[in-house]
Amino acid sequence: MSERHHGHDHDHHHHDNHFTDMEARVKALETVLTEKGLIDPAAIDAIVETYETKVGPRNGARVVAKAWSDLEFAEWLKHDATAAIASLGFTGRQGEHMRAVFNTPDTHNLVVCTLCSCYPWAVLGLPPVWYKAPPYRSRAVIDPRGVLAEFGLELSAEKKIRVWDSTAELRYLVVPERPDGTEGFSEEQLANLVTRDSMIGTGLALSPEAAR
Amino acid sequence: MNGPHDLGGQHGLGPVTPETNEPYFHAEWEKRALGLTLSCGAFGAWTIDESRHARESLPPAIYLSASYYEIWTRALEILLKRHGFLTQDELDAGHMLEKGAEPKRVLTAEMVAGVLAKGGPCDRPVATPPRFVVGERVRTKNFNPETHTRLPRYARAKTGVVEAVQGSFVFPDDNAHGKGENPQWVYTVVFDGGEIWGEGADPTLTISIDAWEGYLERA
Repeated sequence: MSERHHGHDHDHHHHDNHFTDMEARVKALETVLTEKGLIDPAAIDAIVETYETKVGPRNGARVVAKAWSDLEFAEWLKHDATAAIASLGFTGRQGEHMRAVFNTPDTHNLVVCTLCSCYPWAVLGLPPVWYKAPPYRSRAVIDPRGVLAEFGLELSAEKKIRVWDSTAELRYLVVPERPDGTEGFSEEQLANLVTRDSMIGTGLALSPEAAR
Repeated sequence: MNGPHDLGGQHGLGPVTPETNEPYFHAEWEKRALGLTLSCGAFGAWTIDESRHARESLPPAIYLSASYYEIWTRALEILLKRHGFLTQDELDAGHMLEKGAEPKRVLTAEMVAGVLAKGGPCDRPVATPPRFVVGERVRTKNFNPETHTRLPRYARAKTGVVEAVQGSFVFPDDNAHGKGENPQWVYTVVFDGGEIWGEGADPTLTISIDAWEGYLERA
């Protein structure tokens, strides 16, 4: 067995052990709270089900597609994002105070929470691991181009980059630029081009070819 | 506090590693950790600001190596002990040993949809008009409180421009420590990359923070 292989095995076990530790720790916590009548395990199931099936980035994609299709809605979204988004039925936890920021040919917007993991749950669902992890949170504000390159996104050298650090209770949704070649697309067709990352700023909306 | 959570501008933390088609959860316990955190939040015993402060108060070596659901779980244990809902002995035993504090409410499955849809708005009226106007140059405070604050270190003692008056909100620096909501106006303040990072900064970069009025003075 090579040194490297051995090292890998060791890491793997460490990882497994760590997850087993957390499993036991969370199990103990849930058991104590349940025995005390402080929690309803079925409520946990309902919370998990909500974020696995109901509240996710498809919500945000519908908001963006409508903004691309309907100028009046886009204006509303610009000036009162919380109300405009609520009109589509998306409200609630970590979406109480929404702001929409629009990419333009001149400016690319990128959203981060350097201090914790603030994220617009109501339109994007639960944040991905990388959004909450130290590499993204440390570098988005100082080296956004380097971060974007790690997502395979190279912006032109002249493009302005605006980074929004979510330090308060406002939650930001990026409205990416509408891709070319989408004239006459329905809102549903447009929504299929809107990726989660394009609404954080770590990606662009897909071209119709790429979405196929 | 100058804790491990205040990460903006730190080096050496490695590349961002996006995962293709990432699942919402990577283990069953993560699902329970999310549900437990939200269920216990519904007790009404602590605020979101106190829970954020509990997370950022974890030892730096733990904070930086833990997954986010682990951070949430460790902070939740601290909050539950602090507010008398359970003891370390009970966590060690994995069972209830004594009766603890009574919550204001217990979240049942029937309540979940309503509670999540309602959320927890934290805008509050204030009696005085905003001190700053859009377009005004402001300088952020230079301070290093050992308590909770939402002014990141990289943005302290920096000059920027007020881009928007965003409304008035609960002041986390007080609310995290049980000193009341004491709402203040919040402003989006934009800084040039060069003002924040100095030499070698990306010339195309601007950065904004959302700053409570108490973080700002006229430039």
